[in-house]
Parts: sequence; structure tokens; C-alpha cells
Amino acid sequence: MGIEKIFGDSLITTSVNAVVNWARKNALWPMPFGTACCAIEMMATLSGRYDLSRFGAEVIRFSPRQSDLMIVSGRISIKMMPVLIKIYEQMPEPKWVISMGACASSGGVFDTYTLVQGVDQFLPVHVYIPGCPPRPESLIDALLKVQEIVAGPLKQADPEGTLLSTRSGAMALTPASCATKATPA
Amino acid sequence: MTPEEIVQKLVARFGDKVSPSGSPGISRSFAVMDRDHVLPVLSYLKDDPELSFDFLADVTVVDYLRLEDPVVRERFAVVYQLLSLKHNHRFEVKARVPEEDPRAPSVLELWKSALWGEREAFDMYGVEFEGNPDMRRLLMPEDYPGFPLRKDYPLHGRGERDAFPQYRPQPDAPRAADTQASQA
Repeated sequence: MGIEKIFGDSLITTSVNAVVNWARKNALWPMPFGTACCAIEMMATLSGRYDLSRFGAEVIRFSPRQSDLMIVSGRISIKMMPVLIKIYEQMPEPKWVISMGACASSGGVFDTYTLVQGVDQFLPVHVYIPGCPPRPESLIDALLKVQEIVAGPLKQADPEGTLLSTRSGAMALTPASCATKATPA
Repeated sequence: MTPEEIVQKLVARFGDKVSPSGSPGISRSFAVMDRDHVLPVLSYLKDDPELSFDFLADVTVVDYLRLEDPVVRERFAVVYQLLSLKHNHRFEVKARVPEEDPRAPSVLELWKSALWGEREAFDMYGVEFEGNPDMRRLLMPEDYPGFPLRKDYPLHGRGERDAFPQYRPQPDAPRAADTQASQA
């Protein structure tokens, strides 16, 4: 490689995309959409003991226009769903969504007339976290999974590219498969 | 006063307009009446110095769809939970509401706390309270089509929870700078 021969180790060449995505992945600004007890776990994850800022995502933005990662933590009723969609639409591209907990992912125990049975029916969800509520470790794991998605093409474990299991059970979806509801393998 | 004494007092005052109900050992005594007598009876309960029910703790509705009640006899009953802070006693009053004409008089003029209770009862059971100036839904979305706590309403609803459009990103509108550049 030409120019590196001249300057040695003091210089590397890369692509703009790689640099920009590296910056995005290490400075995710979450938009907390906390409606239930999952939000308590999310707060615990953000605060000192679990300290999400170790992964560059400590700048919680309560304005969707300044954030690029939405954490849907809690149950979403049919009265709340238009609000959620409106807030999601206000977030600038590129943006990612974590569906935190059983209620946001599937309705959980609230199989009733008033609760949306999974926000992924209406929003593209990138990472699901199981649990009721999930532990902070699960949210951290999901954030690392989002960082993998942000950084670029996933190292696919499966050729179809639908699911990628992780240690805590969180699943990552490739952007192409996010539009449709996926069933855990 | 005990609920039994209050029922006796009401029967002595209003005669057969008021039916005593409740079973000893199962529930406290309460009074059942037609909805036309709600306002006179409840204002008596509020204003009588021995009773002086100055606080309306709750207004709600019971759906007797599959529950044959010999005293209530109608599909719905509006339930008024009364509390006297002065005498520290409680009492329960039920008003019959027929299925084909689900209306009841509002008790807003007696207790202001009826406002949201009646709105919630309307939201969940579809019983309209005449005289309440704000008969809107309290909890459900304003365009919700049914009354979800009626016993003939399905638990999973009638498809309302699946009725949102899937989010699709909109293509960006051309920026002003781009169009100016192409014109130049």
C-alpha cells in the first residue's frame, strides 16, 4: 500500500463509511421510550452501577430529533402506538430500535383488547430482549448487538441472515429482515 | 350506622321504591332501585344529618349478562360507593339500567367526584350519564368502537390492536440546494 510505506505506522487508510460507522457505533444516543417496569431496568443500566456510558451510549436524549437509538421499554397500548410511531418518525436517519422486554416484543402477559402485541408489527425492530423485565446485562448485550449492526455487515452465523443468537438470548436481525415479524428459532 | 340500619331507614322513607339486597356473611346490605329514583335517594343520603354521605368513593357499572339476579333483574346496574367522613360509615347503592336503553342520571350535581367515575363507566360499559357535561371516553382512545368491559365483548377485542399501518420510511424530498444546482 503506497502511502503507508512512506509514513509508516503513523497513518492508516480506510473508507469514509468505516470511519463514520465507527463513530456512530461508539456514540449511540438513545431515545428512551419507557412506559413500564422495563424502564426501571433501563434506568439502572444507565446509572452508575451498570454504567452504559462505558459503551458510549450514555447521552440519553428526550428529544427524538437528537437521538438515533430508540429503546422501547414497556407495554404499548393502542392509544400509545400512534405516539410511538410519530416519535420514531421524528428521529433522523440512520436509526435503530431495541424492543426491550416481553411486552414490547410480544405483548407479554397482557393478551387483551388494549395492548399492541409487539411493536415489531408496526416498527422495524433490530434487537429484541426477552425477559420480564430483562436484567441490565441483557440491555448492555443488546446495545453491543446494535453496535455490531451499526458497524457494518454482520459476520453471519447463518447464511439466511435472519437470526443471530447471543449469550443472554437477545437476537439480532439484519436490516433486510427487520420489516417482517420474525419468530425466534 | 350499619348498612342494615341504613337500608331500613331508606325503606321507611321511600317505601317500595327501594329494594334491600345483599346476603349476611356474603356481602354487606345495599339498596337497589330504578334509575328514576337515584337522584332523590342519593340526595337524601347526602343531606340527612344522620347519614351525611359527603364523599362519593366510586361510580361504576356491573354487567349482569350471565348472572340472574332476583333484585337487579336488568342487564346493567350502576353502583355508587358512598362514604361518610363525618360518621365513618359506608353504603352501596345500585341503580337498574336496561340493556336496550343504557342511560342513567348523573350525580355530578351532588358530588363532583362523579365526573371521571361516570366517564370511566361510560368508556367501559357504554352507559351514558345524563347531565354529565363531559361524556367522553376516559381511558380508551376516542375512536375506539366498543365497550370493552361488557361481558359479551371479546377479551382480545375486535382487531383494534392490529389496526395500525406498518411504518415505511418515506423517500427524502429533493433538497432546495440540489434543485438550484441542477437549474444552474
